[in-house]
Amino acid sequence: MTLLLVALGAAVGAPLRYVAAHLLDGRLHHGTILVNVVGSLLLGIFSGLALGDHAMALLGVGFCGALTTYSAFAVQVHDRGPRLGAATVLLTAVPALGLCALGFWLGAQL
Amino acid sequence: MTPRHPLHLTVLLAVAVGGALGACARYGLTTWFEQGPGFPWTTFAVNVSGSFLLALLPGIPAVRRQPLLPPLLGTGVLGGYTTLSAWSEETRALVADGSAGLAALYAVGTLAACLGAVALADRWSTPDARHEFEDEEGDL
Repeated sequence: MTLLLVALGAAVGAPLRYVAAHLLDGRLHHGTILVNVVGSLLLGIFSGLALGDHAMALLGVGFCGALTTYSAFAVQVHDRGPRLGAATVLLTAVPALGLCALGFWLGAQL
Repeated sequence: MTPRHPLHLTVLLAVAVGGALGACARYGLTTWFEQGPGFPWTTFAVNVSGSFLLALLPGIPAVRRQPLLPPLLGTGVLGGYTTLSAWSEETRALVADGSAGLAALYAVGTLAACLGAVALADRWSTPDARHEFEDEEGDL
């Protein structure tokens, strides 16, 4: 049951990431950066809300987990060279970590 | 480099199926090797191994020849397997628990290890092969 929820959430999150990257990625991978930041914000909110196991499997592990990607992030940073690579790291990590913390705080207030 | 081909339903479906498989593999590993407090070793291993495998794919000619395989295996399976949101949340949780040093080690350590894994895997592919793989949208 839990595995099915993870699969269901991921079956929505992964194609959403693909569409964002397909439409927005260029020299700088704006689409991938966007989904990684938004997914981190959402997971922060869901964790702050202390969702139940089933909701967390669907929305956290499945949806947010597949909406975001570390493998494409790493490959893109590496392939784009030092300047664009460093820009990608900063534009991803700083808002992802900051908004995840903000999301957790917001979720915990509700 | 930007919008190369129109969006195809078959590619979307392949990414959905691959993403579901990859996420289930990640979930399976995190339940098998349950993470206690401290360094999130399971997510770390998932992200490093997934980055290594994604960088390895362009070096496999059979993958580049079949246009559906790069999005299915790269963007789908490995994209769903690895996760940046868990990395953010685990880093946040370590800071909140008062382990700021460990949080920094985890955040920077994951990035360094994943980049190292990509650099290592790149030895088995040519720049041309990597460009072709990118054009086939295998690393989104």
